Amino acid sequence: MGQSIQNKAGLTDQDFLNIYQKMWDIRLFDEKVETLFLAGKIHGTTHLSIGQEATAAGSGYLLRPTDWITSTHRGHGHSIAKNTEMNQMMAELFGRENGTNNGKGGSMHIADLDKGNLGSNGIVGAGYPIAVGAALSSQMQGKDQVTICYAGDGSTNEGSFHEALNLASIWQLPVVFFIENNQYGMSSSIKEMVNIPHLSERGAAYGIEGVTIDGNDIVAVVDATYQAIEKAKKGRGPTLIEAKTYRFKGHSKSDQRIYRTREEELHWETNHDPLQLTEKLLIQAGILTKEASQQIEANRKEAVEQAVIFAEAGTLPAASALYENVYVD
Amino acid sequence: MRERTYLEAVNEALDEALAEDESVFLLGEDIGVYGGGFGATKGLIEKYGNKRVRATPISESAIAGAAVGAAMTGMRPIFELQFSDFITIALDQIVNQAAKIHYMYGGKASVPLVMRTAGGSGTGAAAQHSQSLENWTAHIPGLKVVQPSTPYDAKGLLHTAIEDQNPVMFYEHKLCYKMTGDVPAGKYTIPFGVADIKQTGTDVTIVATGIMVHKALKVAEQAQEAGISVEVIDPRTLVPLDIETIITSVKKTGRLLVVHEAVKRSGFGGEVASLVAESDGFYALKAPIKRLGGEAVPMPYQPQLEQNAIPQVSNIYEAVLSLMKQ
Repeated sequence: MGQSIQNKAGLTDQDFLNIYQKMWDIRLFDEKVETLFLAGKIHGTTHLSIGQEATAAGSGYLLRPTDWITSTHRGHGHSIAKNTEMNQMMAELFGRENGTNNGKGGSMHIADLDKGNLGSNGIVGAGYPIAVGAALSSQMQGKDQVTICYAGDGSTNEGSFHEALNLASIWQLPVVFFIENNQYGMSSSIKEMVNIPHLSERGAAYGIEGVTIDGNDIVAVVDATYQAIEKAKKGRGPTLIEAKTYRFKGHSKSDQRIYRTREEELHWETNHDPLQLTEKLLIQAGILTKEASQQIEANRKEAVEQAVIFAEAGTLPAASALYENVYVD
Repeated sequence: MRERTYLEAVNEALDEALAEDESVFLLGEDIGVYGGGFGATKGLIEKYGNKRVRATPISESAIAGAAVGAAMTGMRPIFELQFSDFITIALDQIVNQAAKIHYMYGGKASVPLVMRTAGGSGTGAAAQHSQSLENWTAHIPGLKVVQPSTPYDAKGLLHTAIEDQNPVMFYEHKLCYKMTGDVPAGKYTIPFGVADIKQTGTDVTIVATGIMVHKALKVAEQAQEAGISVEVIDPRTLVPLDIETIITSVKKTGRLLVVHEAVKRSGFGGEVASLVAESDGFYALKAPIKRLGGEAVPMPYQPQLEQNAIPQVSNIYEAVLSLMKQ
């Protein structure tokens, strides 16, 4: 296959089709999760990344299985992009023993170390130092690995962000700090919570190059991530990427979104839907047709339905599981 | 007899672990040429270089968190918190991350790290540099908590901590650093969850931790002169706790005194007392269980007030006498 879409990573048409398919996985997985929550089929809480599919899929696609990621409470997309199986993820949400975390973690803690996924995290900003530690391992072990630390805009006001960026910079660690600026930390508009126009400016305080990109533009995501990864691999240290995006849904399942207008939401859904934008890009490049796109969507919908079937068929943990794995024996 | 200080014992364990295992490394504030806040890492950067003895910025959250991330990915980090009070600014990584990851991930990841830190009062360092907060970590499932009182125990327990696959909180006491004792050359380990009977006796059981072990031993000497036989038990590890040894002792003596420097209120002494009260050791009790611990005040600066804030030899002795009256 050819290379119809210009990009710095040298991705082929097939690569972009693969990414597009991953974006559908993320969209449809989270839509299904929302439905299941509303139907009372799964409990707890969940944070959906609908509207943010390009950041996860575009950046995650550039990673090898041996590369690491750390993720956030809004992390289903990152896990899917890092090739954690949707079957196991769904089983985790159903609290099944064959879930990614044997049913012990749930939505906010999905991890899959075999795939290089160090886990999503319920504590805002906690992933920064952990990612730095993983990158430190890579450097000390002389391994050609890169860590992507996914985080949200709100987390850049946590002390851990500043401590970790500084540490990563002085030790020139192979880590990419990837901020998905979806513009709201729960209900708080990031514009009211920082007094700078771009979060990427914060990199300068630590001697880290910062870039702000359109996070719903798949090529921009691929290009920026590729450059950051290459830099990290060459031992030239971390990069701070701020990818501007928007979460179409509320913070969590109980959010009525009274802090933003329906007009604003409609504007983003109409003009900045990463799936629509990517589809358009691929069709214009001549590597996708509307029919093929619909086929991909239908295929991925089926895959998500299969994940639900897989999850429902999974066994529940035995009562003894309560006491297992508190400590490594 | 190979006499070494407690501080030297810690240093030797670190040295031997660095020499033995490539995945072991140290990180913390001033642990390089300065040798660490109290000198525990002296000479190590010269021997192992700045890649394995990593002096860090003053960033406790990043230090602890980097240790978590490194531990999850194949390394064995040992980080130093200069004063145990500073755990307050590292606590998310210790409590919400390190302690929970193995369980929360269904056993598919482990976090083999050691936090070394200096606790306790007696140095005039006042309220923010003198606390004994070990019980905070003992409350958290997933952490192991070690509190050595002697040079021998410090070295052996630190080796065990470094080999352990779990996050281990290693509390050193500042006033123990200069104490001397027999420390064998080379590596040896002391299993966790095995209390050490520092003094055998038949009339009163004192369970003491950290610096209080030494005070309890003085009391045992004094009591001996008064014809009272005191047994002193040092649990050495709060988690896992060797409650069996304590209960066995109580069955023998019928009297229990628990002493720690940490504030008595909601302290670990309450846990020990409860476990004994809940056991069949209860029936052996000739007197109600007694606890001594720090006063429920922030640690004051002035030396006399500072002394008064924690149990002294005289307080422990009085408690023993009062137990004997019943």
